[in-house]
Amino acid sequence: MKPGGSISIWFFIGISLFVNGLLIFGSGVYEYLNPPAQPLVLANLHAGIWWGAILTALGALYSFYFSPSRTKG
Amino acid sequence: MIARLAFLDTSRLVHLSTVDLIIIIFYFALVLAIGFYLKERANTGEDFFMAGREMTAWIAGLSFLSANLGSLELMGWAGAAYQYGILAAHWYWIGAIPAMLFLALVMMPFYYISKTHSVPGYLKLRFGESSRTLSSVSFAFMTVLMSGINMYSMALVLKIVLGWDINLSIWISAGTVAIYVALGGLRSAIFNEVLQFILIWAGALLIPILGLIEAGGWSALKVKIAANASAEYTHLWSTLGSSNNNPMGIHWTGIVFGLGAIISFGYWTTDFLVVQRVLAAKDLRAAKMAPIIGAGFKMFVPFIVILPGLLALAVLPMKLMPEAQAVATGGHSYNEVLPLMLARYCGPGLLGLGITALIAGFMSGMAGNVSAFTTVWTYDIYRALIKKNESDAHYVSMGRWCTVLGVLISIGTAYLVMDFKSIMDYVQALFSFFIAPLFGTVLLGMLWKRATAAGGFCGLLAGTASSVGLWAWVKVDPTALRYVAMSPSAKDMAENMYRALWSWLVCVIVTVIVSLLTTPKTDAQLKGLVYGVTDIPSEGQVPLVHRPLFWGAVVAAAFAIVNVIFW
Repeated sequence: MKPGGSISIWFFIGISLFVNGLLIFGSGVYEYLNPPAQPLVLANLHAGIWWGAILTALGALYSFYFSPSRTKG
Repeated sequence: MIARLAFLDTSRLVHLSTVDLIIIIFYFALVLAIGFYLKERANTGEDFFMAGREMTAWIAGLSFLSANLGSLELMGWAGAAYQYGILAAHWYWIGAIPAMLFLALVMMPFYYISKTHSVPGYLKLRFGESSRTLSSVSFAFMTVLMSGINMYSMALVLKIVLGWDINLSIWISAGTVAIYVALGGLRSAIFNEVLQFILIWAGALLIPILGLIEAGGWSALKVKIAANASAEYTHLWSTLGSSNNNPMGIHWTGIVFGLGAIISFGYWTTDFLVVQRVLAAKDLRAAKMAPIIGAGFKMFVPFIVILPGLLALAVLPMKLMPEAQAVATGGHSYNEVLPLMLARYCGPGLLGLGITALIAGFMSGMAGNVSAFTTVWTYDIYRALIKKNESDAHYVSMGRWCTVLGVLISIGTAYLVMDFKSIMDYVQALFSFFIAPLFGTVLLGMLWKRATAAGGFCGLLAGTASSVGLWAWVKVDPTALRYVAMSPSAKDMAENMYRALWSWLVCVIVTVIVSLLTTPKTDAQLKGLVYGVTDIPSEGQVPLVHRPLFWGAVVAAAFAIVNVIFW
């Protein structure tokens, strides 16, 4: 999964999912606490919160599993 | 022009928040960081043009699929699903899966064993320089022109959806692609394509999930579509008995023989844009597994592309319309389905990720075009016809400059299309002229050792010429559609299917006749290139679950099942 022995692409993907997930989760929580005047369709499902949490968890898992310090050598 | 832009600006679909912009900027920073990180590993020709031939099956397979999954592919087919219903899924299933499996299990050994760096390179080994020149020149120019058209279309969408300036969108997106591909070569393009593939799914997957919840599930969705449009919109095959019974105006023979047998096989097995990713695999087993992995994921793509189009038919309060009508009336066009659905369900953050998915789709498609163009230009045109015996470093340097040049030509094409919109139709038609005949030539080259150099070249030329001729015939005399597409009511897509079928047949017939009249190469000369005189390496004693044939059978079975389910 890391051709050439360098940092794995899956590590970069993990970082990307983790950062995006955190931002989405944070936005979802903010919207939950401060509902907009014109809510979106299905706003009651709070998709930002659970989708952000899923992406954050996946990103953390990939970042850890494929981190350069773990996969070195 | 100013009035038009002002109109577009006021009609933007969504407004991005700060967190959305942070997500988009973070994406651009990450793809550039990957390009800079991989720069030091792109010093030799093998590294720059072939990614060192060390990609695993998963990376090659996801990249193989991602290079095809451009943003226009996403938005265009979501719009097609709104327009034609589930028939659009044929382009993802019968129009892709059999061809991808055929590439993996039948053709890949010859591409891989011959150690060619490109599809035109294989034609050189099999049929000689003239066939390579014909295919490489046509591929190189059509690729950058198509890239420019896609770039313009994407910038226009960003203008409509976000109100972004067209020039800014074109230069920032294209400039980013130019930097990361010129720095890291094919390896950088592939790595970013895998990242983009994941982001596309992360950004687009919520739409069908939330859409199905709103619609009340698949059964309720079908009822709503039947009420809002027609019950035919949710049937994949049962309406294809007559071209008058379905929204696309196509007969099942066009789908099976035109799309399934010719166009998709031509695209997925000979278009170097996608084949290049598989040639970068680390060994033959990985090269065979990569298209199978791609096929497995391809089967699920309708979930994020076709399903949103169908959901829009059920849940959107407004009717969508063709692009020209939308511009004239201030309505929304078919191509805006995905952004409209994004705006419907996605709040701050999610919206940024959804827009990032669309931008990622555009950039992965463009990087695919540019890296394929660079390789074909450098190896099959520049080295073959202009400077034959330069050092490896010279060709790598040419590859880097050629990447920038390819992007600049694409940008030039984008501006040309902006002023002369009809060019778009002509170039898209031009591109389709080469695909079907090329498949005939490569297929006979790999499977029939009697095919000769003269036969291959004449067949390719005759097939391409016949495709151009049929297209021109219908342009001059629209009533010719009844002969070309076997129905006077056939739509553009149906015409494309049949034109591909006829041009492939012409290519094959001419190749066979000329080959039988000319002298073939000896078996020794064809070793490693043709079925019957090539020793395919054994896969050894690997477990069943590691065998490409096993996974090919699994994907084929799943393919059959989904077609029956949505019959």
